[in-house]
Amino acid sequence: MLSYTIRRLLSVIPVLIGMTIIVFAIVRAIPGDPAQVILGQRATADAIASLTKELGLDQPWYIQYFDYIKQLFSGDLGTSLRTKTPIMEEVWPYIAATLELTFVAMLLAVFIGVNAGIISAWFSNSWFDYLAMVLALIGVSMPIFWLGLMEQWAFSIQLGWLPTSGRENIRDPIDSITNLYLIDTLIQGNFGQFMTAVKHLILPSVALATIPMAIIARMTRSTMLEVMKSDFIRTARAKGVSMFWVVYKHSLKNAFIPVLTVIGLQTGLLLGGAILTETIFAWPGIGRYLYDAINYRDYPVIQSGILLIATAFVFINLIVDLLYALVDPRIKYSK
Amino acid sequence: MAELARNTELQLDTKPKSPWIEAWVIFRRNRLAVVGLGIVIFFVLLAIFAPFIAPYGINEQDLSKRLLPPSADNWFGTDDFGRDILSRVIHGARISLWVGFFSVLGSVIIGALLGLIAGYYGGLIDTIISRFFDILLAFPSILLAIAIVSILGPSLQNALIAIAVINIPNFGRLIRSRVLSVKQEEYILAANAIGMSDGRIIFHHVLPNSITPIIVQGTLAIATAIIEAAALGFLGLGAQAPTPEWGKMLADAKGYLVQAPGTLFFPGLAIMLTVLGFNLLGDGLRDALDPKMKQQ
Repeated sequence: MLSYTIRRLLSVIPVLIGMTIIVFAIVRAIPGDPAQVILGQRATADAIASLTKELGLDQPWYIQYFDYIKQLFSGDLGTSLRTKTPIMEEVWPYIAATLELTFVAMLLAVFIGVNAGIISAWFSNSWFDYLAMVLALIGVSMPIFWLGLMEQWAFSIQLGWLPTSGRENIRDPIDSITNLYLIDTLIQGNFGQFMTAVKHLILPSVALATIPMAIIARMTRSTMLEVMKSDFIRTARAKGVSMFWVVYKHSLKNAFIPVLTVIGLQTGLLLGGAILTETIFAWPGIGRYLYDAINYRDYPVIQSGILLIATAFVFINLIVDLLYALVDPRIKYSK
Repeated sequence: MAELARNTELQLDTKPKSPWIEAWVIFRRNRLAVVGLGIVIFFVLLAIFAPFIAPYGINEQDLSKRLLPPSADNWFGTDDFGRDILSRVIHGARISLWVGFFSVLGSVIIGALLGLIAGYYGGLIDTIISRFFDILLAFPSILLAIAIVSILGPSLQNALIAIAVINIPNFGRLIRSRVLSVKQEEYILAANAIGMSDGRIIFHHVLPNSITPIIVQGTLAIATAIIEAAALGFLGLGAQAPTPEWGKMLADAKGYLVQAPGTLFFPGLAIMLTVLGFNLLGDGLRDALDPKMKQQ
């Protein structure tokens, strides 16, 4: 396991280097004069010259790249052109908001997706199976930004059950400690505020969870169907083990590796989906931070936002790979 | 006994069916796949004949008819400029299918070329190309598309390029693994032995034997590409006003959720149906063309 872990850890290095090159290239590869493009057509020559100097664009590219890497290693993600604040200082609340949203969305996707898949396989070809699989098919094809808008229309505007957007009640803001509001409100023992945070989370997390939920349900169903045909399942049934235990213990344990793969892959993809969901629900997460930066042509934030999300994606994939080597010992022996 | 002999003779007489006809027979039996094909054909026809089908022009404005709900005159209602939403949705099919098809074509061509080179030659060149794929795959796809469009500037054409680039590694890896297995076949060894050139072996033997997974993956990729193009349009990074691109239409209408929800409903429904069609078609093609890839 140790040698596999080391091998897998080392394989991350070239990927991270490649990522920094792409992110570094974002500003440098802009056709024409990047400073001019960032500041717009009406920028004065002085402003252009000063931004060129600020971004280090007057240096040869290899020196710029070297400086960029040096900066990253010292924990400096650059300074936002819009707020004039170092990105490192202002980014945590955004990351926390995204963490909370994606975590809840993933929890929903896994809980509902896995159970729907299991029940579909258990009662395959029943009406539940057909309904679940048709819904899953529609779920996979759903543009989440549209689903989010339709949710807002139905549950906020028409029914008035849930708030349209944001993370908290603006007139009664939540005192943040960790910026993870579910945890903060629980620490403070403020149940009312906890419920407010939950209510704000429901619509965006359902929108974000839809695609992974559908994919997880389909994957769980197909692997469960395969496992449930095995001899050891028949043996368990013959011994008189109840169907519930056969399904949830014996079968699920053996069907879980492909499901885990999909869960891992989807967790990473959620980070991409978060950009769209956060834009619609005005959720103040890293995706929204990135979206605002795009509108303001705030390139340092665009670069750092992309770098942060992509790095998280790489590490989630790494953790998932290591997890299944732990779950399935066959993996670490094959290359 | 005589009957058995006659049956055997009959069987010997019938020619083996071409694999394409066999695939069609399997495909036709799959009801969902046929529905998918139907949806795709419907949208393709809509796209081709858009100017003849659409009741109004895409930019025909009538400010006295702003944000109207669906009616006999305007089946899908009107938008904030008083333009007919049905006509814009019909024309939008052209844009979405165009972006979906050509971006995937681009990624297939480049991905296949890189995958063929990597798989056929192996060694250092394989390592370099494979690492390049790994790096592209290290980004969530929409994020990489955003990065590329931030470099090139927002436009429909640049969105198409970005979507093509993010799909390259998927096709590249697919072809590479296919080449690695085809390379072991005896007919490739034979072609090598008679002194056939690398180019001829790659394009005449290896590529045709890798074509089915490309068709399947390509169909499914068109579905994803359509959603990605709409997402970029929605974020303001794809098509620009007044192009009737579905994602852009949603972005423009999102302020009218309370007044005129119809402005948001129909473009989104069009995206979902088209994507559903391509997904069903792709699943059906996979089951028909490549039984090994068949899902349970």
